[in-house]
Amino acid sequence: MTFELICFYAFATVSVLAALAVMGLRSPVHAALCLVLTFFSTACSWLLADAEFLAIVLVLVYVGAVMVLFLFVVMMLDLDLDPLREGFVRALPLGLVVAVVMLLEMLALIGVRAMQVPAIADPAVAAGMSNTEWLATALFSRFLLPFEVAALILTVAIIAAIPLTLRHRVGVRTQNPARQVLVQPRDRIRIVKMAAHKPAAKPEAPAP
Amino acid sequence: MSQIIAAYEWFVATFPTLSMAIGLFLFPLLPLIIAVAMYVWWERKVIGWMHVRMGPNSVGPFGLAQTFADVFKLLLKEVVYPAKANRGLFLLAPLWALLPAFAAWAVVPFGPHKAWSDANAGLLFLLAMTSMGVYGIIIAGWASNSRYAMLGAMRSAAQVVSYEIAMGFSLVGVLILAGSLNLSDIVAAQSGSKGLLDWFWLPLLPMFVIYFVSGVAETNRSPFDVAEGESEIVAGFHVEYSGAPFAVFFLTEYANMILVSFLVPLLFLGGWLSPFPASWSVLGAPGWWWFVAKAFFFATAFVWFRATFPRYRYDQIMRLGWKVFIPITIAWVFVAGCMKYFGWVTAGA
Repeated sequence: MTFELICFYAFATVSVLAALAVMGLRSPVHAALCLVLTFFSTACSWLLADAEFLAIVLVLVYVGAVMVLFLFVVMMLDLDLDPLREGFVRALPLGLVVAVVMLLEMLALIGVRAMQVPAIADPAVAAGMSNTEWLATALFSRFLLPFEVAALILTVAIIAAIPLTLRHRVGVRTQNPARQVLVQPRDRIRIVKMAAHKPAAKPEAPAP
Repeated sequence: MSQIIAAYEWFVATFPTLSMAIGLFLFPLLPLIIAVAMYVWWERKVIGWMHVRMGPNSVGPFGLAQTFADVFKLLLKEVVYPAKANRGLFLLAPLWALLPAFAAWAVVPFGPHKAWSDANAGLLFLLAMTSMGVYGIIIAGWASNSRYAMLGAMRSAAQVVSYEIAMGFSLVGVLILAGSLNLSDIVAAQSGSKGLLDWFWLPLLPMFVIYFVSGVAETNRSPFDVAEGESEIVAGFHVEYSGAPFAVFFLTEYANMILVSFLVPLLFLGGWLSPFPASWSVLGAPGWWWFVAKAFFFATAFVWFRATFPRYRYDQIMRLGWKVFIPITIAWVFVAGCMKYFGWVTAGA
């Protein structure tokens, strides 16, 4: 048993346990943190498979950005957990069917790949490049058009999300920073020159 | 002597993982912790001079041992747990903040290919590790069961995620010009006969500025320190922390600042390359001292900012990140692409 195999089993065990914990834990914040752990240990096992780009991007995008926003929302919601639990048994059969179908599909995919003889060589190794470099070359030359289309769709999705949630509020006092920077002292204050002290009034002559 | 070397070689050959762990502890972890202590002292001294006062001057020569005294005081203090705090997460938060700050050093090279991991995707790894650090702050804010801590955590989460985008785009500029994600190759791409005029700060000037400013925002330092805004929300995310966990947060913040101070020269100022033309005999030679000197400048700039600028208001921070930095970096990615395509900037010389 090599060191890498031990590492793989360790990461795989942690991923599976954390994924189970995501479903099992009562607190949504704990569940979200376990999802972070699942992503992270999956990324570690991808690193072992020499898929360094995918592994680091998984950490960067899902752990570093998506899950932060997820946690952000989950922490702000004061969830009442018990009504959520009640639907669990009712939804269980449907959930099981979906899970079994997904499992079968994955097994089929793995089976199809495993049956290809000879096994497909790692294209990055075949090209004598690192995984990242090969992926970049493939994406930006052979698959440039699909890549650009995907980018365009994502951009449209981002822009569409903004008008959908945008509410024009009235009575908002927006500031224009350019105008704030350009303001001159004399626009705001007026300096008045005046004597520092007034001469004391002459005491009136005492009444006789 | 030869016996010692033989014993050393036997040890490294027999326990490769253990010897790597010991090596990692000796460099960079132990020097990093000492550097943090010295940096805290330097910060208090510099801010002291800027305020026309002395700064720490009583413990040790020039007050150098002041930080160590503070650290031991913190470590010996009682750790107070707030009522109804989530104990496990409360203690996990500082560790979760600290580990990515240390892990990022694995790919930082101090000479050509002299890094623990000369990874091909080193730049991505750095970005991933720096984006992990925000969890410490969010979890600390939530687990403290305190409104001020929660507010600080919320501010910090939104701020860090926003500035990461600008930071990522400025790194895109670097990797377009360098044509590599390997940090040693990025520095090598900045070498040339013209010294400092060959570095990436010149073609990528807006990105260089934006990267450093985003780095200041990412480490939650003044003027972007709304996560702890003392005058508004007491101390933000770490308001409930005391003793050793607080010391860990403190260590993390300064370790992250030192990391950013090393990354800016690495990516934009030619790392260990000399600013002088290579034809000059001694001054023109590259070496780690140049790298440390440049990093020292940026570390001091962190302190300088803190003493100079008032704290940004929260909406102003968001405006700067989203409406100023991100459009500029996106436009400059295009400019950098043109520079590369038309050969105005060549990687290496």
